[in-house]
Amino acid sequence: MTTDAALRHTPLYEQHVELGAKIVPFAGWEMPVTYEGIREEHSAVRRHAGMFDVSHMGQVEVEGPGALAFLQRVLSNDVAKVAVGGAQYSCLCNEEGGVIDDLFAYRLGGDRFLIVTNAANHETDLAWLGRQSRAFDVLVRDVADRYAMLAVQGPHARGVVARALGIELPPRFHVSHVQIGRRPALACGTGYTGEDGVELLLDPEVSTPIWAELLDAGVVPCGLGARDTLRLEVCYPLHGNELTPERNPIEAGLGWCCKEETHFIGARTVAEARADGTAEKLVAFKIEGQGIPREGNSVMKGDEQVGEVTSGTFSPSLEIGAGMAYVRSELAEVGTELEIDVRGKRRPARIASKPLYAKRS
Amino acid sequence: MSDATYPEDLRYHEEHDWARIEGDQATLGITWYAQDSLGEVVFFDPPEVGATIQKDSSYAEVESVKAVSDVIAPLSGEILEVNDALQDSPEKVNEDPYGDGWLVKVRLTSPEEAETLLGVQEYRKMLDR
Repeated sequence: MTTDAALRHTPLYEQHVELGAKIVPFAGWEMPVTYEGIREEHSAVRRHAGMFDVSHMGQVEVEGPGALAFLQRVLSNDVAKVAVGGAQYSCLCNEEGGVIDDLFAYRLGGDRFLIVTNAANHETDLAWLGRQSRAFDVLVRDVADRYAMLAVQGPHARGVVARALGIELPPRFHVSHVQIGRRPALACGTGYTGEDGVELLLDPEVSTPIWAELLDAGVVPCGLGARDTLRLEVCYPLHGNELTPERNPIEAGLGWCCKEETHFIGARTVAEARADGTAEKLVAFKIEGQGIPREGNSVMKGDEQVGEVTSGTFSPSLEIGAGMAYVRSELAEVGTELEIDVRGKRRPARIASKPLYAKRS
Repeated sequence: MSDATYPEDLRYHEEHDWARIEGDQATLGITWYAQDSLGEVVFFDPPEVGATIQKDSSYAEVESVKAVSDVIAPLSGEILEVNDALQDSPEKVNEDPYGDGWLVKVRLTSPEEAETLLGVQEYRKMLDR
């Protein structure tokens, strides 16, 4: 963790200040939390197109004849299933099956992958990957400084980006080499909002004019505040909240991205957790009536604490308090009535199915 | 959101609260600065009518999407009325913090406390520091 004096700025920092963004420290960076208001930005992404400067996220390149075998060892998913140009979500687990980070791996070539890390975990991931890579014929490189990263998300995001930047975009969960601002760049069909959209990895030197072009094209600038409400409504976990090195992917509901037969680090614990069940499970819940749950609130059943809220917010789409929590597995059934202790006030809540918000079709 | 305003006829508390004092009663709310720092208010959790509040202590909570904030009483008193309109339209706190966005009305139990509050010039000076 860096101190306040050493907070880093993305290449787009000046643009955020110019737009009047509220800036907050986040994972060692000074980042925009909102420009015009979280609700407005949230609904821009749900209805039209919003963009997030996510240049604080890290990138790690993994290259060499042993790249696939190495990633198969460190990532929880079956990396061999990813064709060149494909993208896949995985957990990076420790020996005990705890989640060091959750990330997307993009296959750029037969022996070349790019991993996008959470800002707060980038250094930890690098150290872990470096250590584990010694047994493999592979090079692990920190390439975070090579990229600015823009997430453009929303039902109209693809159309607007394709038109404004004159590029062809890859389908969902794919990556393609493109030119952005006449420089080589990557376009990824991924995101963290529950909406369609793309994440662009571009040369930091052209990030300012590209940001301006997208603004001109009507894309709404969005901060970390809306990023959090959007991901929470669709129950995407956030590392540091729902995911930690002390919890395995099974209790977090991420069994779908764990393929124990690939013998990844931590697979044994994950297999055991899958077979035997876990003491607690991650659930989504809605407050019934008033009150806004927050991280750290106790989940109560009668007089007994049965869990803890990992993320809570006012849901702009549902217009109620909602969140995620770890609760005892026997109480994790959808429909179970519980109470959340919100600063001393008991707020009735009910476990809801995931995602909390689903697009009406 | 509106531009920063701080009416002349109000008394201010360092914790960014205002009081409109009329005889032995007062209307309380949060200042433009407070609502701007907090962002869009989505929930006001009021005290009960009849409850007593203590100067410099929290008497209610206002919440934005991202954060919760205690509301500090600028004066001691007994709650006479709470602004029920905020249950359906908490955004009034942002749109009109000194008008429709008022929070509670109180009967003052120690009216002399008003002398310790800041005038508008003093409050503005504090914000500039």
